[in-house]
Amino acid sequence: MATTFTLEDLKRILLEAAGADEGVDLDGDILDTEFEVLGYESLALLETGGRIEREYGISLDDDALTDATTPRALIDVVNAQLSSASAA
Amino acid sequence: MTSSVVVTGLGVASPNGLGIQDYWAATVGGKSGIGRITRFDPSSYPAKLAGEVPGFVAEDLLPSRLLPQTDRVTRLALVAADWALADAGITPAELPEFDMGVVTASAAGGFEFGQGELQALWSKGSQYVSAYQSFAWFYAVNSGQISIRNGMKGPSGVVVSDQAGGLDAVAQARRQIRKGTSLIVSGAIDASVCPWGWVAQLASDRLSTSEEPTRAYLPFDREAAGYVPGEGGAILIMEDAEAARARGARIYGEVSGYGSTIDPKAGSGRPPGLRKAIELALADAGVAPGDVDVVFADAAADPELDRQEAEALNAVFGTRGVAVTAPKTMTGRLYSGAAPLDLAAAFLAIKDGVIPPTVHIDPAAEYDLDLVLGEPRTAEVRTALVVARGYGGFNSAVVVRAAA
Amino acid sequence: MTTPRRVVITGMEVLAPGGIGTKNFWSLLSEGRTATRGITFFDPTPFRSRVAAEIDFDPYEHGLSPQEVRRMDRAGQFAVVASRGAVADSGLELAGLDPYRVGVTVGSAVGATMGLDEEYRVVSDGGRLDLVDHEYAAPHLYNHLVPSSFAAEVAWAVGAEGPSTVVSTGCTSGIDSVGYAVELIREGSADVMIAGSSDAPISPITMACFDAIKATTNRYDEPETASRPFDNSRNGFVLGEGTAFFVLEELESAVKRGAHIYAEIAGYATRSNAYHMTGLRPDGAEMAEAIRVALDEARMNGDEIDYINAHGSGTKQNDRHETAAVKRILGDHAYRTPMSSIKSMVGHSLGAIGSIEIAASALAMEYNVVPPTANLHTPDPECDLDYVPLTARDRKTDAVLSVGSGFGGFQSAVVLARPERKLA
Repeated sequence: MATTFTLEDLKRILLEAAGADEGVDLDGDILDTEFEVLGYESLALLETGGRIEREYGISLDDDALTDATTPRALIDVVNAQLSSASAA
Repeated sequence: MTSSVVVTGLGVASPNGLGIQDYWAATVGGKSGIGRITRFDPSSYPAKLAGEVPGFVAEDLLPSRLLPQTDRVTRLALVAADWALADAGITPAELPEFDMGVVTASAAGGFEFGQGELQALWSKGSQYVSAYQSFAWFYAVNSGQISIRNGMKGPSGVVVSDQAGGLDAVAQARRQIRKGTSLIVSGAIDASVCPWGWVAQLASDRLSTSEEPTRAYLPFDREAAGYVPGEGGAILIMEDAEAARARGARIYGEVSGYGSTIDPKAGSGRPPGLRKAIELALADAGVAPGDVDVVFADAAADPELDRQEAEALNAVFGTRGVAVTAPKTMTGRLYSGAAPLDLAAAFLAIKDGVIPPTVHIDPAAEYDLDLVLGEPRTAEVRTALVVARGYGGFNSAVVVRAAA
Repeated sequence: MTTPRRVVITGMEVLAPGGIGTKNFWSLLSEGRTATRGITFFDPTPFRSRVAAEIDFDPYEHGLSPQEVRRMDRAGQFAVVASRGAVADSGLELAGLDPYRVGVTVGSAVGATMGLDEEYRVVSDGGRLDLVDHEYAAPHLYNHLVPSSFAAEVAWAVGAEGPSTVVSTGCTSGIDSVGYAVELIREGSADVMIAGSSDAPISPITMACFDAIKATTNRYDEPETASRPFDNSRNGFVLGEGTAFFVLEELESAVKRGAHIYAEIAGYATRSNAYHMTGLRPDGAEMAEAIRVALDEARMNGDEIDYINAHGSGTKQNDRHETAAVKRILGDHAYRTPMSSIKSMVGHSLGAIGSIEIAASALAMEYNVVPPTANLHTPDPECDLDYVPLTARDRKTDAVLSVGSGFGGFQSAVVLARPERKLA
């Protein structure tokens, strides 16, 4: 099982879960761009979060998705979960 | 005084043609879209034929953001709505939001999406169910998504009355326009050609098990033995006539009459309600039977239901008293989508002065209908009647007329 | 110009969690009791949300035959029982009417979802088969696929042969079904409508789909107090089930036959937010527009409303959205008007709840008692209206506004009033 979650992983899952807004370049520098600006609302993020949980075998808090408003923040939350899972 | 309601735009997704040009050329030309199912392997099922919409590539027509959250039925509906609006010359963003609504019918919602999520639930677990399941499969999905995509905040709605629903939706749209909303997107698309949808449809015991596309769906034929289901339908732009004229819109015609009944419970001794629905629609339109130039029949292809329809038509119009056609012999029965597609055909028949044919059938003499067979019939069409019946006994009829 | 036909409720029947029959339903509401509990219909342990408001319903006790029970999904059974009850309550002899002048509307958001969930498991061998097996399909499966079967069953049960359909606009179905029926009577397409709604969604697929968007509460350790609309601690709705049906009649003929009139359906409107399939804009502008048009149709001002029956699902976005919507139209009067959510007691039965809430609104007028919002101890600071916490309140109630909001963006409002009021 993968132990790190990268921006590439997130982009792949975002595309599967919710596609991409026209006019948004996910290959640009998006790490600190708010999901809302990237065109992803809470429903898209719930679907994305569900897919991450299933693929990586982790469980994200209810608040994790609402609090992580940028790709960087979400990647950090996922990686924190992954490292605590592998440490356990 | 009630204002007149007209149709100004058509968007079609039919098994025998995608878009109105292809659909109408195929329909006048007698080209059928019925064939062996390609969307899954039908070999293990007793019925193997369907009318599938050809060449629809949602990825080319809709934003990628919409694709993960939509069933095929909604993608077809969104695109048909786009085409209908373009055909009407309407740019929704330029109109007042509350002055546009969406009223569609549905028989099965996003059933294929639902199958995927049920499978995820039962084979893998509840956490595998998509965040989109809460709306992607339900009956209201097409109205909701069309209203969102086009910024339409006016009165909206969704009706489910099996195959009659397509006309009930159009009547409800007309009602809302008469109450003061100037534009309603109406009609219906249904699409549940997926294994789970197929098994549910088979349960009705009304599907044809013939494997020959030209012999499978034979309404009013002595060999009638069930229908072939299809997917698709039509989206109609309906407007207040004055508003449409004020903006110089091209008008296909008027939705001038509607009637609806439901059959009594079996064994009640009372007659079926189809004749009454037709009479109500004619009365509502203020037209006499002799004014009707063509009837688009429901064409169930079940001997008893065909007999009932023929009796109702002959009772209202007299024996062989009106031209009757069933272009759905080229598409299969499209559930809610069928009657809106027939309405589109009726408006195009009015426009071009030609009645599309009923194909593949050799009508049983005892029905005594003037069926338009094999070849299109040239005729001035000013008034048309579309009839639709739904499983469970739903009867609806709509009269459309050439623009005054 | 003739006077427009007016439409009144002359019969009703409710099957709600904790209250089968209108009388029991009203006892539950007026006593502020709750009917939410840990799910018993299936093992809820794999789910995030494990509470629901279930009905203890035995179809045979309510006169359904074994054949009817076999061919109808639970929601269809509810609808038939409630529509028969409503007709009985109305005292109307339907057999004496032209059956083509009697129609049926049944609201339902998710149709036969419970039956579909069960049947899918069978034909797919527990989800193993992509090509599900028709040999195992129940003969009534088509009736589950297309829930217009509910309208047909109701029509057959009461002997209606007029315009009949299912209205399926998600969680506003229960209001929109009644609104649709009212419009048919007003325009003259029918004289009597058997109108209501029914949903029985408490099945694994529904629980799973709301889990996925965290719309339902996960407060399963305290099931009786799990539904907490407007409370600061609320975190989602509690799924419910049920039905309510009405006999709707044209006013003059109802008066002529000496019918008991619960209320006039004086105004109705629905609008869409054209925003999001599940999300709501916080300003409530589209629900406000529905309220404005419904009041206008009733020829009433907002300050004539004595009670507001809220959608009050108990999600943060809903509670704030409708609070904003009500303020936009009622202004200061909003603060003086009690507004409660019966979902705190009977849960959220999706397409059915709108009719159940219309029943509650009519009963508030019948008894001049406003039902409370149970479990409301500390309101969300952004929800600052009078939500009638915990206990019912005596109040002269001559006009009620009931609102609904649902997936797909639908926003609906209905105004109930006394038919003898002076029309402005």
